[in-house]
Amino acid sequence: MPKSGSNPFRQKISRRAALAGLSASAAMLAMPRLGRAADETIRIGFPTPLTGPFAAEARDQVKCAELAVKLVNDKGGIAGRKVELLVRDDKLNAGEAATRTLELIEKDKVHAVVGALSSAVQLAVNEVTRARGVIYISISQSDTINEARDFSKYTFHEALNPHMTTAAVARQTLKKGMKVAHLVADYAYGHEMLRGFKRAQAAIGADNVGEILHPFGAADYSTFMPRLMSMRPDVLCISNFGRDQANAIKQAVDFGVKQQMKIVVPVILHNQRLAVGPDVFEGVVGGANYYWGLETQSKSAADFNAAFRAANGGAIPTDYGAYGYSGVASLLLAMQAAGGPDTDKVVDALEKLQYDLTKGPQHYRKCDHQSVQSVLVLESKKKSAMANDNDLFAVVANDVGSDDMLRSCTELGHAT
Amino acid sequence: MDLSLIIMQLLSGIALGAVLVITALGLTIVFGMLGVVNFAHGALFMIGAYAGLYLASLTGSFWWGLLLAPILIGAFGMLIEFLLIRRLYGRSIDDPLLLTFGLSYVLVEGVRIVFGSDGIPFPTPPQLIGVLDLGIGFFPRYRLFVILLVAVVLLVLWLMLEKTRVGLIVRAGARDPTIMQVLGVDIGRVWLAIFGLGVALAALGGVLAGPMRSVNPEMGSLVLAEAFVVTVIGGLGSIVGAVVAGLMVGVSISLVALFAPEMATIVMFALMAVVLLIRPQGLFGVKGRTA
Repeated sequence: MPKSGSNPFRQKISRRAALAGLSASAAMLAMPRLGRAADETIRIGFPTPLTGPFAAEARDQVKCAELAVKLVNDKGGIAGRKVELLVRDDKLNAGEAATRTLELIEKDKVHAVVGALSSAVQLAVNEVTRARGVIYISISQSDTINEARDFSKYTFHEALNPHMTTAAVARQTLKKGMKVAHLVADYAYGHEMLRGFKRAQAAIGADNVGEILHPFGAADYSTFMPRLMSMRPDVLCISNFGRDQANAIKQAVDFGVKQQMKIVVPVILHNQRLAVGPDVFEGVVGGANYYWGLETQSKSAADFNAAFRAANGGAIPTDYGAYGYSGVASLLLAMQAAGGPDTDKVVDALEKLQYDLTKGPQHYRKCDHQSVQSVLVLESKKKSAMANDNDLFAVVANDVGSDDMLRSCTELGHAT
Repeated sequence: MDLSLIIMQLLSGIALGAVLVITALGLTIVFGMLGVVNFAHGALFMIGAYAGLYLASLTGSFWWGLLLAPILIGAFGMLIEFLLIRRLYGRSIDDPLLLTFGLSYVLVEGVRIVFGSDGIPFPTPPQLIGVLDLGIGFFPRYRLFVILLVAVVLLVLWLMLEKTRVGLIVRAGARDPTIMQVLGVDIGRVWLAIFGLGVALAALGGVLAGPMRSVNPEMGSLVLAEAFVVTVIGGLGSIVGAVVAGLMVGVSISLVALFAPEMATIVMFALMAVVLLIRPQGLFGVKGRTA
């Protein structure tokens, strides 16, 4: 490092720098109160893929995260300090996410980070936050960061994980002796879901008749259909995400797959069901963290819906929206309990936290910081059974959260 | 492996290839005749899908959407040529490339603003819902229709170019525009029509793809890459090349999907690399032609 040794005080001050410095100090003099107020706010970084194939889900995350912040600020903030949400577009790219997260920490001095949607991005964000000792609450459905290799005491996972959703879906859809085929997106998310399904399948006694891996982001799935049909399964599990889910199901239905077998997905997506319509999704079963229709059975859901409707002109929150809300809101509850954003105190508070924000009691498991929570299994309604445009799904099961749903701490490599 | 499975796989490959052919055709015609690399082709494909959907819901029939969207978007394409691209003829090939590249961003953003960035369902026309029993397996009626329609469009296009006076002027104009002007042909009008035709073909591809995929503002970006690969394999500017290469790519993707499904997307680029190594001008391209 030849240059860094030179004394910075000896460097000549350029005219431009001097002008910039002058105007900055003038600004600070002019607005002393504003400057102080900015120091006092609690800042939360929120990287999410606002552009790209998961943009719809990401926007819902942002809306709900903003709602969580607004509700706390309306009640006076945390220990008298306002909360600010800093949303950044990670463009669904791990490198971009790492850069944005680093900026959030170094430049914007955020106190914690919540967010990310894809598995690779989540890993990148976790790398950065872990190295800098900043709390990170992930709301991606992938859970590799909970395994001992990538875990740190600052790592939390609010979303469901592949193991939980696939087990719950398999319990409702698979029976002993059934033949199961898989169409899987060829990246971490798909692989994790496939692993989950196969594990559940083995426990139930269903037979695997074949797996087809498809490239991430493929627009055409027709070329996989003849082979899937020739496997003659009873159930087809389609493990992919976002538009891939919509396109894969649509094309499977075009090929008459539904006449031969049941289509099952690990996570059934609200926005993708909207994107292809009720006829295509009719009868498809999948897991979910949240569905607005839960409001008839859960007071927390009714309250969350009401708050969201009030803030968004009567619209309803989606599955991924609920993650944005519970991810940020659980962090804010812990900050409130800790009396401020001090990282170690908040980590402690998060570990002790019992929260009920959208659908019933939840808590972060001590060993891996995975949120223990209920898992929904939904079935897409047929058009004639829909009471209104938002009446998308029927709740097939609502499994109450318990530690038994998760892989054991030992299996994930944590000392017990 | 089962023979009927391989035949079914070939058929899905041809259906996939048919959409590739239609989109690559517009790209290659515009390049061949005008020397313009149209980077907005994918965005116009997407606009076509939206226009088809909009017109179909307006008129209540998919068929009106299928007919009117290419005409309407083709006219829009002519407007683009008249107002923007025309000014760049005779300049370096990069200029229209940059212009259309920028235009694609404007179009995608515009659609995001008007229709939102979520996907919109594009229902399959009721007459073509479901599958047809081919004896060896079931195949979606809609995809069979797409194969047929593309075949008809190709036939019409071929007849128009080879058997009519207009086609003669177009072909001659592509060879030597100066001589055509000397002979008293208003070459500007020919170019206007050709660009409109290229854009109309992109829009037709978009409407045809709509019921197979969900319609969203980004649907064109992947299509643009695919169309480029097809034109490069077939030879830039070659119509026969686009047809052969489109079907070749579709069938290759399909057959590779049978044996190594995760490689299905890569095979297209591998094919392009091989063709570029052996025949840099593409299968039906003319050597030394760059613009």
